[in-house]
This record gives sequence, C-alpha cells and structure tokens, in this order.
Amino acid sequence: MTRRRIGLEELEDLAIGAAVLGTGGGGDPYVGKLWAQQRVLDRGPVELIDVDEVADDALVVAAAMMGAPSVIVEKIPSGSELLAAFRAVEQACGARADAVMCIEAGGINSTIPFAVAADLGLPVVDGDGMGRAFPEVQMVSFAAHGLPATPMAVADELGNVTLLRSVSAEWAERLGRALVVAEGGASVIAQYPIRGRDLKLAAIRGTLTLALQIGAGLRRAGRQSQRVIEDLTRRLGGALLFHGKIVDLRRETASGFVRGAVSIDGLDRWAGSSCQVTFQNENLIAIVDGTVRASVPDLITLLEEESAHPVTTERLRFGMRVFVLALPCAPLWREPRGLAKAGPRCFGLDLDYVPFERRLARS
Amino acid sequence: MSLRIGIDVGGTNTDAVLMDASDRVLGRAKVPTSPDVVSGIRAALARVLTPPPREPVTAAMLGTTQCTNAVVQRRGLRRVAIVRLGAPATAAVPPLADWPPDLRSVVGGPVTLVAGGHDYMGHELAPLDEAGVRRAAVEAAERDLPLAIVGVFSAVNPEHERRAAEICAEVAGSEHPVSISSEIGSVGLLERENATVLNAALTDVAEVATRSFEEAVKAACGAEACYFTQNDGTLMALAYARRYPSLMLASGPANSMRGAAFLSGVAEALVVDVGGTTTDVGVLVDGFPREAPFVVEVAGVRTNFRMPDVVSLPLGGGTVVRWDGGRVALGPDSVGYRLLSEGLAFGGTRTTFTDVVLALGRAELEVPVRRPRIPLEVAEAAYRLATELLDRGVDRMRPSSEPLPVIGVGGGSVLLPPCLGGNLEVVKPADFAVANAIGAAISEVSGGVDRIVALGSRSIEDLREEVRREAFAQAVAAGADAGAVRIVLWEEIPVAYLPGNAMRLRAKAAGPLARGR
Repeated sequence: MTRRRIGLEELEDLAIGAAVLGTGGGGDPYVGKLWAQQRVLDRGPVELIDVDEVADDALVVAAAMMGAPSVIVEKIPSGSELLAAFRAVEQACGARADAVMCIEAGGINSTIPFAVAADLGLPVVDGDGMGRAFPEVQMVSFAAHGLPATPMAVADELGNVTLLRSVSAEWAERLGRALVVAEGGASVIAQYPIRGRDLKLAAIRGTLTLALQIGAGLRRAGRQSQRVIEDLTRRLGGALLFHGKIVDLRRETASGFVRGAVSIDGLDRWAGSSCQVTFQNENLIAIVDGTVRASVPDLITLLEEESAHPVTTERLRFGMRVFVLALPCAPLWREPRGLAKAGPRCFGLDLDYVPFERRLARS
Repeated sequence: MSLRIGIDVGGTNTDAVLMDASDRVLGRAKVPTSPDVVSGIRAALARVLTPPPREPVTAAMLGTTQCTNAVVQRRGLRRVAIVRLGAPATAAVPPLADWPPDLRSVVGGPVTLVAGGHDYMGHELAPLDEAGVRRAAVEAAERDLPLAIVGVFSAVNPEHERRAAEICAEVAGSEHPVSISSEIGSVGLLERENATVLNAALTDVAEVATRSFEEAVKAACGAEACYFTQNDGTLMALAYARRYPSLMLASGPANSMRGAAFLSGVAEALVVDVGGTTTDVGVLVDGFPREAPFVVEVAGVRTNFRMPDVVSLPLGGGTVVRWDGGRVALGPDSVGYRLLSEGLAFGGTRTTFTDVVLALGRAELEVPVRRPRIPLEVAEAAYRLATELLDRGVDRMRPSSEPLPVIGVGGGSVLLPPCLGGNLEVVKPADFAVANAIGAAISEVSGGVDRIVALGSRSIEDLREEVRREAFAQAVAAGADAGAVRIVLWEEIPVAYLPGNAMRLRAKAAGPLARGR
C-alpha cells in the first residue's frame, strides 16, 4: 500500500519524473508544479493513496489542463477554475468527489491535480489513465475500458464553465478542443467521473509513485548520470537504446502538432551507429541503424547527458548529448483494445506494434 | 576623424582599447578591476589615453559586470512594487514564488493583480483596470518603490503594459522608475516577470553605474556620447541603460564574442574565451552571439532575457592540477588571478593548467617564465582531460556538423590546442587578450521583435514582412544608421498543441551607429 504525503519536495521529484513519462511532450510540468506548491503551502501536503484504497462506490474525478502548454506558461490559471469544473461535474453526477486522479502521469497534467486536491482536501489516487503522455482525450485507459469521458467540464479563468455530455471520448476531445480554442488556447477540465470499482478495473496503477521514483533518482544523479540512468532503466524494465550526440534536427508545425525527427550519432558502445527519433509532440519511434527499436505506445524519452534531465521536443538542439531510453507502456496499451486507441496507426504510422523488448531480443 | 574607446569590466580585469574611425586599435590597457569598479575604469581610461591622442574621442562604450555582481551579492538592490495585468488569470502562482528566499526578502514588495492582458492572438482578455493600476502607483510613489509591470501575453500585444506605465508616470511622476516586461523578456509570464523585477531592483545600481561612467569618461577625454553594451552585443544609450540595466547582465560574453568576430573577420564561428577560472564557449551567427533559446538562470532566478548562448566550462589558466599515483584530476578549483604569483611557472607552488601547457612546450607566454617541471605522464594526462572538456563544450555548441573555425580569445587562449571538436582549427587572432573591449568599441545598435502569430488569416510572407519592417524601424529608432541596418537574427518556432498553426516569430535587425549619434 502506498500512502504518502506529497509536499513541496515530492512535487519537485514528480515534475522531473513526469517529464520522463511525458516522452518528449505533455508540456513542461513547471507551472503546474508551482501552482500545486502554492496550494500545498496554504493547505498542507496532499495524500497519495493506492487504487485499492478507494471504496467501490467512491467517486473519482480526473483533473487536467487542455490546450497549449505554451499558452499556460503565459496565461497562468486563476487557481479557482478547476474547483468550478469539479463542482460542475459533481453536480452532474449528483455526488461529491472522494478523490482526484491524473488523466496523464506524463507532463504538466501530473502536477495540476495536486492543486485542486489540496484545495478540496481530497487525496490523489496513485494511478492515471495513460501511464505516460498522449495528445488526445480518447487515448485513455478509461476510454479503452468503455468508460465515458463525460460529464466533463471545461472551465476558464474568467468563470466560464461548460458541461459536456458526449456520445464518445472522441467527441469529448473534439468539443473540448473547440471550447479551449475559444477560451484562449488553454483551459482546465474535470472529466472521467468514475466509481472506485471502475477505477480498480481501468486505472494504470502506481504511475505517480513511478514518476516520483524516477524524479527522485534523476534529481540526485549529479555527475553519476549514466550509472543512475542505467540503474533506473533496469529497475523499470526499460532499455537504454542509445547514447549519442544530436547531429540533425527537423521540426515543423502542422494543425496543432509539432512534427519532426532528430538524428543522433553514437558514442561509447554506440560509436559508429546512428539513431533517429521521430516525434509528433511526443516521441513516436526510435530507429537505430535503420531498424525500429521502439515505438509508441512504449515510452521513448531523451535524457540530457549532463543533467540527466528529460528533454522535451521543443528543447532539442544540435550538439546536445543525450541518452535514448525505452520504457514499457502499461500492459493495456499492448492489448488490441489499447492499440486501437493509441497504437502506431493512431498516429498515422504505417507500422505494426511490437514491444521494444521483443524488438531488442531479435537483434 | 574621431576616436572611440571600448571598455570591458570583468571579474578580474578591466580592459580598454582606443580605436579610430577605420577600426584600428591605437591603444590597449589591462588593469585590475577595482572594488568600486569606477576607479578601475578611470585607471584603464588614463592608460589608454597616454600619450594623449591627436584626435578627439567622441564615444565611449562600456560593458560591465556591476549589475550581475549586485544581483549575485544581493547588494544595492531596491524593493520592487509588482503590478500584474491579467486578473483573474495568473492568480494561481504569485510573483517571485520560485525565487531564492534571501533574494525574495530583499526585492519583494507589494503585489497588485488587476484586470487586463491579452490572449495569444493579441486580443484583449479584459479591459485594463486603470483604477487598480492607479492605486498601485500611488502606493509605490508613497513608499518610493520602483514599479515592475507585467501583462499576460504582452510579448504579443504590449498595449496594456504601455498604458499602465503611462498611468504610473501620471501618478508618480515621469522620473519614477517603471519597468515594463514587454521591453525586457519574451514569452513565458513568470520568467519575464522575474526579469522585469530584477530590472526594477537594479534601479540604483544602474543610476550609479551610468553616472560614474559618464563622469569618468568626461573627465578623461570629454567624449559626449556614452553607451553601454547589452546582452545581445549591441549598444544602448545611457538613458536607456539607466532604465534597462538588466539588459547588460551578460554583456561580458557578448562583447568577447563580438570582438572575436571583428578580430578574425569571421561571422560564423565558435568562440572560446579562456579566462583564469572558466572558459566560455559561444557561437557567432552572422557576427552576433547566438541567443540562448530558453530559460536562463540569473543568481538562482529563472528569466527569459535575451542572453548569449554560452556554456561555461570549469577550466581556465589557473585551474589546479592534482595527481596521486596514476590518477590525475583537473580542477574545478582555480587559483584565479593569483596565477601570476602561485603558479609553478611564476615561482609559486601550485600546479595549474598553464603550467601543464608550458611544461609540454605547447605554448609560450609573452613574458618569459621558467618551464615548470611536472612528470610528463601527469602533464599529458591533464592536457588530455582539458582537451576532452573543451571538445565537449565545442561539440555542444556547434550549430551543425558543417566545419567552422574556433576563435580563441581571452588571456588564457594561448593555452588552447591547435584543433578542437575533432577537426576544427583554432584561430588565435592578434589582440585576443582585449577582444572583449574591442567588442564593446565596435558595437552596433539593434531592434527586435518577438511575437506569436496565427497563420490562419494572413499569409506567412505577409507576417514575415511585417515583423521584418518592425525590427528595422526599432533599430533605426534606437540610433542605427538606416542605410546599413540588416536582419541579424531570424527564428520561426512552431507552437505545440494550438490549432490554426501558430508560430513564434523572432527577428532582430542591427546596424552601426548613425553619424552624429
């Protein structure tokens, strides 16, 4: 059983770990961290509880921001919009929320739920709907289990609250996105109000503890970055795919996505090899010497050699020395219903998914 | 024909050069930096003006670390009244939330959050709460606190910030110091706010620095025009420097890179500036320092100033070398300016990186020194470590795999190997030791634009043209020669997760000082 109090230091760890699970995207957790830290300063630490501790009939609601991380770093929330969104969803459900959850443990949406949890005096559940970052509302374990994303509330800092009841998670994404644009590019949402019994069925468990562990390790890596990264990777069942220097970088924007690829020349035992990572906000495929080594939905993360900190696609640049890491995605995403929601083809890739462990074992 | 003087105040030395209208170096000086800075400047001026030049000195350009030192040492900083335009947005994270507590306790003043600000398209979020701004200005005036004003998306639309500054001037008088964020930082509210607050906190430091420089120059040579160099390697007039002292926080590295470009005649290069304790590696693009793309920390505060992109390596002429059996360690500590008394070659007892290079016979100093005795394998191992460190720094900063020259500047650049980063030739120009002062003397004037644009309604060519024109106009307004202004920086950065293909456009135009300025 995990029962931990999440205070200021833990939020620092979480922000780093969440950026690793963000696999290059998901937005910088920085603003969400500061917001949560402010609420924790005022209201005290937030309790992190295990999925099994949630009563079967308890109501759990996910909190997140939707829209452009580059907007939220400028138009920072007022701090009360998430409360308003929660109240709207609670009203629609006819019940008060008993716990808050993360829809995605990767990126900025890992820290934001702690802000509203501190305000409401509620615990946060140690689990999420992705186990990483994905770009769209329907790429969530709850949706893959057929649980509805709505009633979902979209709220902005002015006090506008819109309650959505959609016929599918895809529609919730489409309608929510339109509202977010109308509201200036970044809003907050409360969604996937689910009962404890469904949470136990559908949640990807232990992902916040995972992010906390990763963050704590990397924050203290200092000059031992390579050893720490290798240890951590082993413990998490991941693989160090590559180590090298960025020698080429292509980035372009198209309909709300940053698409591109980065080429890396090998160092150490990879000397003479080259690696290419393609991304669409998040990292999608890692290819070493022409062979695919890992692909979405498995996690592909780049860590800067010197600091051992994760690098988002926006921060990539020529000459940076990086480690390329693959971490296993949650088992759900490897099942047919998971692959239907978030497999390579959902990202427009003409590629069959093979777990990276199998790809590596082949070579 | 008129002359000009460039001065660079560093942590250890104050350097000065005298240059003529055809950019010839007529005189150079290197004196120790004095604790009060200005006596060092006076000494450098006196030396560079001896014997007195035959032509008049018309302009003096200064790059100085005074502002950086003030922030790092928390000395001479003012408490700042902070006004945010954006309510109810932004309330979730108050100003200075992430500052080191000691700095926050010195600088943090009253905070006012009022309605105003814009969205990412530049549309008004809410009308500006002028009464709220007025109340904040009244309090700031009563308590004599400089004001820092930051509005949501002011980098896209600075209208509200400018109006708020007008109100503050009406209330507190036009002399009352007011800093607005759109003139200081780029997109990222907290980082831009931090930068603006630091700028306001430096009000007194700037006042002293500008006045003492002006007086020193007048007394030494009567030059009327005084300029400060800023982080991007361009000039600002004295009055501007007084208002925007934060824009000179990184003028040192910028000056040495500009000087390197001038001395070598190369516009695209890596610059390796070797000092006593550290080595800075930077990149020249079109003759200007490449800017750091993201957050830059200043004394523990996240900011988004336009800063040169520099990686600082723990290696300098005074870096201490230790060995124990087969293990050789290089620094990171350094004897710094005490190299000239403590280094082996200078009769001291500490083995430094300078001693290693001399022992291997890989460099000669201007002053004759004895060749230090160090076990050959130690010297070779230490030299290898140093070269690896430099190679990595150079590798990290290289803009692409295309070969380009490495320019060595700074007092310690004689220690550099002939090649770095695998195959890049190291060029060591004449006057390398005063490259930073030369960089100050040859500085140009610039103007910049940084904006998020939506590609839906207008064509990209249209927007590019508008941004280009605006950058030109700003450079000319700042004093550049309209006939010689050119674009020196152009960036188009896609913005993630926004529909409608939003793009961040950044442009900078620069040109030499217009005649008569």
